Amino acid sequence: MSTPSEVPAGLPAAPEFVEPLQEWHRLHVRMLVVRPLNEGVAMLVPILVLLFTGNGEKWRLVASGATVAAILAFSYLIWRTTRYRITDDQVELHTGLLTRKQLAVPRDRIRTVDLTSKPGHRIFGLSAVRIGTGQQDVPGTDGLTLDAVTQQEAERLRLLLLQKGVAPRTAQAAEGEDAEPAPVPESEVISQLDLKWLKFAPLSLSGLVAIGAVFGVLSNYADDLGLHPVQDLWEWLFENPSLALFAGFLVALAVIGLVLSIPLYILQFWNYRLTREPDGTLRVQRGLLTTRSVSVEEQRLRGVDVQEPLLVRAGKGAKLAAVTTGLGSKGESNLLLPPAPLSVAHQVSRDVLKVGDDPTTLRLRKHPFAALRRSMFRHVLPWVVIAVGLAVWAPSWAWPIPVAVIPFAALVGWDNYRSLGNALDERYLVTRNNSLVRSTVALQRTGIIGWRIQRSFFQRRSGLMTIGATTAAGAGIYHVTDVGESHGLALADEAVPDLLRPFLIDSTVDDQAERNDWR
Amino acid sequence: MSPKSVLLWTMQAALFWLVLLVPQLVVFLLVDEPPTWEFVLMIATLVVGIVHTAVEPTWRYRVHRWETTPDAVYTLSGWLSQEWRVAPVSRIQTIDTKRGPFQQMLGLSTVTVTTASAAGPVEIEGLEHEVAQRLVVELTNTTQATPGDAT
Repeated sequence: MSTPSEVPAGLPAAPEFVEPLQEWHRLHVRMLVVRPLNEGVAMLVPILVLLFTGNGEKWRLVASGATVAAILAFSYLIWRTTRYRITDDQVELHTGLLTRKQLAVPRDRIRTVDLTSKPGHRIFGLSAVRIGTGQQDVPGTDGLTLDAVTQQEAERLRLLLLQKGVAPRTAQAAEGEDAEPAPVPESEVISQLDLKWLKFAPLSLSGLVAIGAVFGVLSNYADDLGLHPVQDLWEWLFENPSLALFAGFLVALAVIGLVLSIPLYILQFWNYRLTREPDGTLRVQRGLLTTRSVSVEEQRLRGVDVQEPLLVRAGKGAKLAAVTTGLGSKGESNLLLPPAPLSVAHQVSRDVLKVGDDPTTLRLRKHPFAALRRSMFRHVLPWVVIAVGLAVWAPSWAWPIPVAVIPFAALVGWDNYRSLGNALDERYLVTRNNSLVRSTVALQRTGIIGWRIQRSFFQRRSGLMTIGATTAAGAGIYHVTDVGESHGLALADEAVPDLLRPFLIDSTVDDQAERNDWR
Repeated sequence: MSPKSVLLWTMQAALFWLVLLVPQLVVFLLVDEPPTWEFVLMIATLVVGIVHTAVEPTWRYRVHRWETTPDAVYTLSGWLSQEWRVAPVSRIQTIDTKRGPFQQMLGLSTVTVTTASAAGPVEIEGLEHEVAQRLVVELTNTTQATPGDAT
């Protein structure tokens, strides 16, 4: 078997039954090399600095040696203390030396399986397996991760962990060692990378984000070396303010961003394909150096999110994200479609949700005019405050900058209002928000597990409210922003019948009585 | 909601403003020739603090509501900004009771009802202990009768 990312996404020959691993297993022994490779890169610069500053004193040599040894020892200990097994009911992981952690996940609660191979993993044919459950991810915890096993094993685990409804015991009984393999069910390709989509790469501004990230890392190292380039530059700029320099800087940033964005798009989305697997999962595979394969249980898909960053939207493009439980927050694991033409996004959304018409193309209801006032206010006011602040406390050249931003802020505020909208069909609640990254979410009405209805002081004065539909999936809550009060309540009441109704009536009766009731 | 909540919120607000005010006062008294802006800031903190502590708790008490039906838990909370929260009983995952130090002093409890959504806990503040206990038992019983958690 070659690397999973290159296999045409069919199942291996003997389909349904994948035997559970009743025995305890270790992570692959090659992790002894891979972990230091993946994590040691971060330590490389400090070690080199340690080695090559100064005049080659002995302690520097010893210290670097000790650091390397510590990294190696650490990865050995992790390998030595980590064990996992997969029984009929649970996945169990024991890990940690000083703090022993024992994680167990019931197999029927597994919603997603995410296979990630960083370059270090790939050289050695390994893959990290992240198992997501219905639990909302708490920042800092990362679900249950096996980092790492061989790619074959990872592929096997993916099939094993997501196979539902196949009772392992009976399956084993039915299929002996040389049982005739059943016809291999085909996985259906929903979408795959089209090189024409590359035109959306520069529009997605990913290049600028990358510059920001690289800059962050570099300045961190510079700090370690006792240099403060940003501060120096800032002070220098403060003393010699120059419009030409500022403009030149912006142009340079834009050009580098554009140039970088294309290789970045290729790095992230090379070999992208979205398939529907025979075991009832949706699977996204992508990546050039770091390859990823994210499998989502289709039944748990609660909707989709069509995201249109401003420039991508101008180029009639969009990307698509899944609204589902069990995905980590790291690295766009919920991505269903990279930036691509809007028509493709709608088509993929239709195929993924198995509906005739993409709910996100529904005609959306506009929000009241008062919402425009609020939107303008929210976007423009901060810049006015900054301008006033600078005018009072900063040198005289500073305040025109925020003033120059105000017209753009006003445009964004206006566009933000234009974005607002909501709709309801038999199965989905659709809501659209934001301007810079316009997001149109179609959320399954059956996935809504509560409401949060907010009315700020100013909203109450203009008869508006923000309705939040809470759900176990995705962001946890999706807002219908600044909707008119009566329409908003009617919408919520209709979307989930009977939940809000007693409340609506109760809010009109004498509250004092019901309060006394519980005193 | 127990009327004692007004007292609870008053204490909480007063504590918050004291935490802001006391360090300012200490600095003001210890430094020789404190700048005028420091004095202005301190007076401003004092005035805003007194107004907030006097107004917010009663206002809040007049806003706050809660109710449970066999199907759902509702709360209305806030004062300047107000928020309704609704969680269907069938989606409830955990029911917790919590008592802070002030709450213990006053014999009050907060009941927190969480669902599978990270954004959806419904908090019922300022309940008398026995009311809270009764509520927890009642909710636990209805919750157990309904399967599934909608993840």
